[in-house]
Amino acid sequence: MDDTKRYERLLNRYRDGDISRRTFLTALGAAGVVAGVTGGPMGLLARNAHAATPEQVRFDGWGGVVSEAFEKYAFAPYTEKTGIDVVSGTFGGADEYIARVKAGQPGEFNLAHLSGVFDYARYHGLELTSELNEDNIPNLKNVIPSLIEPLRKITGGTLSAVPYDYGTTGIAYNRKYISDEEAKAKGAKLMVDEAYKGKIGGWGEWKTRIWYGALQSDQDPNNIKDIDAVWDMIRSHRDLALKYWSSGAELMSLLAEEEIYVTEGWSGRIKALQDQGHDIGYHDPAGGLGWQECIFVLRGSPMAACEELLNFMLEPEVAIAVAEGQSYPPALDPNKVELGKIIPTLPAFDPSGTLSSLSFFDPAYWNENEADWSKTFSRVQRGY
Amino acid sequence: MAADIAGERRAPWVLLSPSLATVGLLLIIPMLFIVVYSFWLRTATGADQVGFYLDNWIEVLGDRFYRDILFQTFAIAFYTTVICAFIGYIPAYFVANTPMKSKAFLLLMLMLPFWISYIIRTMSWINILGTSGALNTLFLSIGIIDEPIQMLYNQTTVVLGLVHYLLPFMILNVYVSLDGIDKNLTEAAQSLGCTGWQAFREVTLPLSMPGLAAGSLLCFVLAAGTYITPIVLGGPRDAMFANLVFEAIVTQLNWPLGSALSLVLLALLGVLVVIYTRYLGVDQIAKSFK
Repeated sequence: MDDTKRYERLLNRYRDGDISRRTFLTALGAAGVVAGVTGGPMGLLARNAHAATPEQVRFDGWGGVVSEAFEKYAFAPYTEKTGIDVVSGTFGGADEYIARVKAGQPGEFNLAHLSGVFDYARYHGLELTSELNEDNIPNLKNVIPSLIEPLRKITGGTLSAVPYDYGTTGIAYNRKYISDEEAKAKGAKLMVDEAYKGKIGGWGEWKTRIWYGALQSDQDPNNIKDIDAVWDMIRSHRDLALKYWSSGAELMSLLAEEEIYVTEGWSGRIKALQDQGHDIGYHDPAGGLGWQECIFVLRGSPMAACEELLNFMLEPEVAIAVAEGQSYPPALDPNKVELGKIIPTLPAFDPSGTLSSLSFFDPAYWNENEADWSKTFSRVQRGY
Repeated sequence: MAADIAGERRAPWVLLSPSLATVGLLLIIPMLFIVVYSFWLRTATGADQVGFYLDNWIEVLGDRFYRDILFQTFAIAFYTTVICAFIGYIPAYFVANTPMKSKAFLLLMLMLPFWISYIIRTMSWINILGTSGALNTLFLSIGIIDEPIQMLYNQTTVVLGLVHYLLPFMILNVYVSLDGIDKNLTEAAQSLGCTGWQAFREVTLPLSMPGLAAGSLLCFVLAAGTYITPIVLGGPRDAMFANLVFEAIVTQLNWPLGSALSLVLLALLGVLVVIYTRYLGVDQIAKSFK
C-alpha cells in the first residue's frame, strides 16, 4: 500500500467516524512535524498528502507583471471554471527555485514557470520530472513544434512541461549615447568597448556571461573551443562594467536612470521600458541568445488538475492575454493560431513559427559544464 | 527521601526542557545537518552524494580564493565597525546626557529605522547617490558639477550601506553604557582639576568601553554575515563571504560546499564572540535590548 492510500485510508476513517477529528488532525500534525524534521518515510506521507489535494495546485513564477498577467488572465478564470484554487508563489530566479524544491518534499511544489531547456534538463537530472498525459492537453497541438522537441529529447519522448513563451537576451542600449548603427556594427563587442567604461552593465548569471563571452571571442557558444578566451572576455567586461544586475526590475532601473548605457537585456523588459517612453534600443546580435519558458509540472503533483490548468493556459485567448501582459511572444504557432495585432510587434517574435533564426542553449553541452563553469565564473567575477 | 532528592535534581531539567527542546530543534539539530552536509559531495546532476568526504573542507581551507574573500569581508566589517563607533558615540552621548523627556523621544527616533525594511533602507541610497539621484541633481542644479558623478556600486557604498544599517545597534549599546555611568564621577573629576575633555577621556570613555565593545562586536558580526548590501550597492567585484555561501547553495546547488563555507564563517565569528565573552561578558549586549 503506497502512502497516498494510507493518507486516503486515514481520511476515510475520519469520514466514517472511526476516529475523532482531534485524532485525525493529531495524526496529520504529527506526520507533518516528523516529516519537517526528519524527511524520510514520513516525508513521503506528507508529500502525498499535498499531492492528493485536488482542490488546489501550487504555481510559482517570476512575480511582477508576469505573475499579475497569470493571475488576471489565467488563474482567476480557471478557478471560476473548475473550482480548483491556484496558490500562487514567486521566486527570484530559477536557481533559487530549484534550491527551494530540493529542500521541500515532492508534491509540495506543483507547477513552475521555468526558463529554457537548460533548466528542464537540470530538473530531469534531479529526477524531478513528471510525465504529462498529452491527451488531457489538446491545446498542445497549437504550440510551436521546435519548442516542444528539445523537451521531448531530454525526457525520452514524453513531456514534463509545455512551452509557454519565448524571448531573447539581446543588447539593450541608450539611444542618446549609442546609435542603432553602432549597436548593429559592434554587436556583442559593444559591451567590451572601452569607450563606455563605467556605463556598461550585465546580467550576473554565469550562463549568459559565458554565452556573451563566447560571442565576444568569436566562438560558437554551444561549442566553445577556447574557454580561456571566454574567461578573458568576461574579465574585460567585468572591469568595464559598473554593475551586474540580478533582476528585471534592476535592469530596467539601471537603464532608465542612465546609470548604464549598454547591457544585455531581456526582450520583454526592454519592450516595457520602450513603452514607458525611454529611448532604449534593442538588438539581437548574430548568434544572439534565444530562450523559451515553459510551465513545468514537478514530480508528485496532482497530474489531472495540473494538466487541466496547462490546457487552460494554452487556450489562445489566455496565452495571448498573458503574452501581451508580459511582452513575450506566446509559444503558440502563428501558422495555426491567429495571434492578434499586438503579438507580432513584440521583440523576438518570429512570424515563421520556426524560431530558426534564434540560438538556444544546448542543454547537454551546458549541463555537462555547469558545475565547473558556474564555479569558475564566481571566481572570475571577483577578480580572478 | 531519595525520591525527593531525585525529584529536586530533575526539577531544573523539567523547567528547562521547553527551552532546551527549542534550542535543540531550531539550532543544534539544523547545525548538525549542516555539519553532516559539509562532508557530502555534489554530483554532476546537482544531487548530493552521501558519504564522508573531506573534499569540501580541503577546498575551502586550502584555496586562496576563499581566504581572500574572507579577508575582504573582515576588512569591510572592520571599516564599518570603526566608522559606526566614531559616528555612533556622539549621538549616544548626546541622548544619554539629554533631559528625561527628550530622551524618550530621541530613543524613539533611534528605533525608527528598524520599522523600515533593511532592503528598502539599503535601496534608498540608489535614489540618493545615483546619477539621477538627489545629490547629483542638487550639485548639478547649483553648478558645482557639469555632469553627474558616479558614486554608486563600489566598496565605499557597500560600507556606507552597512553603516546605515548598523549604526542604531552601536548607538544603543553605547547609550546603555553611558546612561549607567554615575554623573557624580565626572563632576568629581572636574572638581579635582580636570578639564571637561580630560574628565571625558579619563572617566567617561573608559567606563563606556564595555558598551562600545558590545556595539562593535554586534556591528562586526552582522556586517561580516551580510550579503544583501553588496548585491544592491556593490559593483561586480564587491562580494562578501555570505555571497559565496549563497552562490554555492543557490546558484551552484552545491549544498555540501555551501555548508562547509558557512561553517567556516560561523566558526571564525564564533571565535570572536568567545574572545569577547572571555574578557567582557555578553551581559553588556543583553542590556541594550532590555
